[in-house]
Amino acid sequence: MELWTSTHGGALLAAAVLLPFVGMLLGLLLGGRQVQRVAFVFMPLGLALALAITAAWLGEGQTLVYLLGGWAPPLGIALRADGPAVAMLLTVAGVVCGIGIYARADFGTPLGVKESRAAFSYWLLLMAVWGALNLVFVSGDLFTLYVALELLTFAGVPLVCLAGSGETLRAALRYMLFALCGSVLYLLGAVLLYGGYGTLDIPLLADAVQPEPIAWAALALMTAGLLAKTALFPLHIWLPPAHGGAPAAASAVLSALVIKGSWFLVVRLWFDVMPGVVTLPSAQLLGALGAMAIVIGSVVALRQERLKLLVAYSTMAQIGYLFLMFPLAFDATGNALMHGAALSGGLLQAVSHATAKAGMFMAAGLIYAALGHDRIADLAGVARALPVSVLAFVLAGIALMGVVPSGAYLAKKLLLDAADGSGQWWWTIVLQGGAVFTAGYVVLVLVSVLRRRSAALVLVKRVSRRSEFAALALAAASLLLALAALGPVPCHLVSNPLAPKELATTVLVLVGGALLALGLSRAPLLATGRSAAGASDGRLRQAALAVGMAFEQADRLARRWPVASISLLTLAALFGGLLLVSVPK
Amino acid sequence: MNVETLFALCGCALVGIGLYGLIVQPHPLRKLVAFNIMGSGVFVLFGALAKRGAAAGMAADPVPQALLITAIVVAFAATAVTVALLLRLIESTATASLADEPPSGD
Repeated sequence: MELWTSTHGGALLAAAVLLPFVGMLLGLLLGGRQVQRVAFVFMPLGLALALAITAAWLGEGQTLVYLLGGWAPPLGIALRADGPAVAMLLTVAGVVCGIGIYARADFGTPLGVKESRAAFSYWLLLMAVWGALNLVFVSGDLFTLYVALELLTFAGVPLVCLAGSGETLRAALRYMLFALCGSVLYLLGAVLLYGGYGTLDIPLLADAVQPEPIAWAALALMTAGLLAKTALFPLHIWLPPAHGGAPAAASAVLSALVIKGSWFLVVRLWFDVMPGVVTLPSAQLLGALGAMAIVIGSVVALRQERLKLLVAYSTMAQIGYLFLMFPLAFDATGNALMHGAALSGGLLQAVSHATAKAGMFMAAGLIYAALGHDRIADLAGVARALPVSVLAFVLAGIALMGVVPSGAYLAKKLLLDAADGSGQWWWTIVLQGGAVFTAGYVVLVLVSVLRRRSAALVLVKRVSRRSEFAALALAAASLLLALAALGPVPCHLVSNPLAPKELATTVLVLVGGALLALGLSRAPLLATGRSAAGASDGRLRQAALAVGMAFEQADRLARRWPVASISLLTLAALFGGLLLVSVPK
Repeated sequence: MNVETLFALCGCALVGIGLYGLIVQPHPLRKLVAFNIMGSGVFVLFGALAKRGAAAGMAADPVPQALLITAIVVAFAATAVTVALLLRLIESTATASLADEPPSGD
């Protein structure tokens, strides 16, 4: 395989990284209301470039490579795009365009409207996030990845505090400090690897690396650092306030895209750099953290009073999903992580989450904008007033649940196959149970918005049609992802949605979700009016409430700074320890 | 013990001190200083590794120096952004506390 010469079409990779940054600098230079125009010129250009890269990758049939300045590694720096990178490049380009169309209503400056600092920053930061993500996907060495990751954080943090209120500033500062903590650990790991093997180029390093103390230490430190940036439970200290407090257009960027950067780096590290260093117990730990994130994130999501916080906690749960593939991709005979069905499943999960979660946050933002609040208890009648937004929210929720033919369904199917194949039945339970939890909060919101309202609903603002349809388009894209994937993915995985087995699963998931929502929601779900609860509650509901409250306490405890930072170190130590343990056959 | 080992151990000690500060110091500015101490520790460690010339078998490996300069610039930028955020926080709330929610909740 040619990894050390530029391939045909390799220059496109450099262009994909440069283009958003050129757009950002141009916007900075022109300033004022031109920024938005610049963004709208560069978004289609970037999308076209992503499509061109996909075409080149399909045409070449192998990894695209571009050597910067013609210098080959280890001295030079290579940009490489393999299948996962191309898939993520394309997804990010699509989602950025969708968010851009949506954000015009919030951050547009039409003639006659005074320019605002928040709008100016938003478009620049959107471009910066895009460029940084592209760099994360195509970087060929661990140090460039470090720089890319830092760029991503620097672009992501100010998005949190665009509103400029004390609360959001505090959330941004917490995010920044915790992310810095993670990035130093990552850099420390990279330094150790350079000290041990004398290169940071991914293929060179993959050839050189051996299961020995320096590799274990490096992998443990880098993984823990990246998990802090991805906000996997119990390192989600910064996520709920940051994602729940930012303006919807910014939350969509943060939730759908920014966390995928550090997640992708974990994937690179485990699958491409050190597949042979990884042991089954360490992969199981990563999966177990994912499972805990799903359960705790979903239960706490059900206990939220505000819609945007509910969506933020749902992101926390969905991050858990992204880590379930690690134990499933472990090949016991080769004692290594393998590229295969599980990795495809995980990537597909990331792609469908990126599209669905962007749509979901945008829909939540529209509801917030129209009502002037997003208290779940007061959402009655919204379905009638904002049918398109509600439809987008529900479609995004269904897509996340993994119902045919959504991308998440196909991802779940691939992961279930991998679980069957490797005999790890416990992950089957997590995968199926996770869908029930997701159904829980979708049902909760659906029941709230469908409730009949006694007085007329007062809308404080008319929402833009275009924004509503942008949200709907992203949600629908996620829902139809499996159809688009029919080509490269084996078709037998997509079954008829009306087949009795599929229908039964779907119904089971929905019923389970409804029961969860009934038991765990903060306000009684079916109570009409504001009759006093409590007294009429059954014993089951009391128990469920107690469980919900306990989870909420656990979440609050985990999000205290000392607890979170000690968890970070403990996780690094645990990963280090588990890398020593290889299971005897 | 040769000089490189001494420097490397020094770097490790700095990382440890920085980590301790990051965990126990409640004030964001102190956390930021702790982050910088930790970062310096990593840089010293990297410098010591470069002197060892692990890769090329030369007297000293020049690549880590090039990487270090970049890493220092990144750390500087991170510090600047954080200080800017902190100043805005103090401006708008008159406190520099990172405490999550005011204790009045629930």
